Amino acid sequence: MTIWMMIILMSIVTIIPRILPAFLVDKIKFPDWVGQWLELIPYAALGALIFPGIINIVSDQPLIGIVGGLVALLLAVFRLHIIFVVMGAVAVVYLML
Amino acid sequence: MRSVDQIKRGLKVGLPIMLAYFPIAVTFGVLSSQAGLSVFELTGMSMFVYSGAAQMMAINMILLNTSALEIVIATFVLNFRHFIMSFSFAHRTMATPLKWRVASTLFITDETFSVTTVEKDAVKQANGHLFYFTFVFVSYLSWVIGSFIGGFVGDIIPDSISQSFSIALYAMFIALLVPSVKSNFRYGLIAILAMILNFAFGQFFQEGWSIVLSTLVASGLGFLALRRRTS
Repeated sequence: MTIWMMIILMSIVTIIPRILPAFLVDKIKFPDWVGQWLELIPYAALGALIFPGIINIVSDQPLIGIVGGLVALLLAVFRLHIIFVVMGAVAVVYLML
Repeated sequence: MRSVDQIKRGLKVGLPIMLAYFPIAVTFGVLSSQAGLSVFELTGMSMFVYSGAAQMMAINMILLNTSALEIVIATFVLNFRHFIMSFSFAHRTMATPLKWRVASTLFITDETFSVTTVEKDAVKQANGHLFYFTFVFVSYLSWVIGSFIGGFVGDIIPDSISQSFSIALYAMFIALLVPSVKSNFRYGLIAILAMILNFAFGQFFQEGWSIVLSTLVASGLGFLALRRRTS
C-alpha cells in the first residue's frame, strides 16, 4: 500500500465518524452504555500510546524517555500550557543526549 | 450579531488553539519528514486526516515498519472518540443549518470540541454557525501550515535537536491525559491498565495490534468496573 493510499484510508476512517453525527443527530438515540464505553477510549488509547513507546525514543537508553516523560508529567500536573509541557520535555531530553 | 462580528469572535477564540497547534504541527512535520515522508505527503496527511495523535502515531508506526492496514485500523480506533464528541456538538447545535453543522464537525478534535463545550451561547445568536466554523477552521489552518513548515525545515535541523523532539509526541499525550486524570483518578487507572496491557500484548503482537487491543480491553474493563460501581 502506498503512503497516499494509507492517507486516504486514514482520512476516511477519521472523517466518517466525525461528520456522521451531524446527519444522524435527530434520528438515533444511542443506548447509554455505548457512550459510556466510548468515553473511556481516549484515556486507554493515550496510556497505550505513551508506554512502552516512550522508553524507546533513544535506542538502548530507556532512562532518557522515562525522565523526559516524568518532566512532562510534572509540568502538566502544574497546569502548564501544552506548549511548555512539550518544550520542557524536549529541553530535558536535549540536555541528556 | 452580524456575520463579521461572529467571524471576528471565532478568530479570537481560535487563537489559543492556533498557538498550541502550530509548534506541535511543526514537530509533526519534522518527525514525519525524518520518517521518510515528502513535504507533499505529510502536508496531505495533515489536510486530509487532521488528527495530531493519529498522525504522530502513524509516523511512529511507520518507523516501526508497521503495515499500513494496522495504521488505518489504529487510526479508526484512536479517532472513534470524535464520533461521540461530534454527536454531543451536533446535538447542541441542532438549530444551525445542516451544511454548516457538517462543515464544523469535520474539524472536531479533542481541543476544538473542548472549546465548543464552553462556548454554548453562540447557538442562540444570529449567525452563530459562522462563529463555530471560523474557530474550528483557523485551528485546522494552523495545523496544516505548521506541518508544511516543519516538513520544510526538517532537513536543516541538527540531529541532536531533532532527536530530542522525539519526546514531543509523548509529552503531548501526557499533557492531554493529565487534566482528565486530575478530574477523575479512575481515568488514570484505565490509562495505566492500558500501558500494562500494551507492554504484555507487545510481547506477542506487533506494536499496532497491541495498541488497538490494549485500548479496547482497558477501556472495556474500565467501563465494566465503573458500571458495577454505579449500578
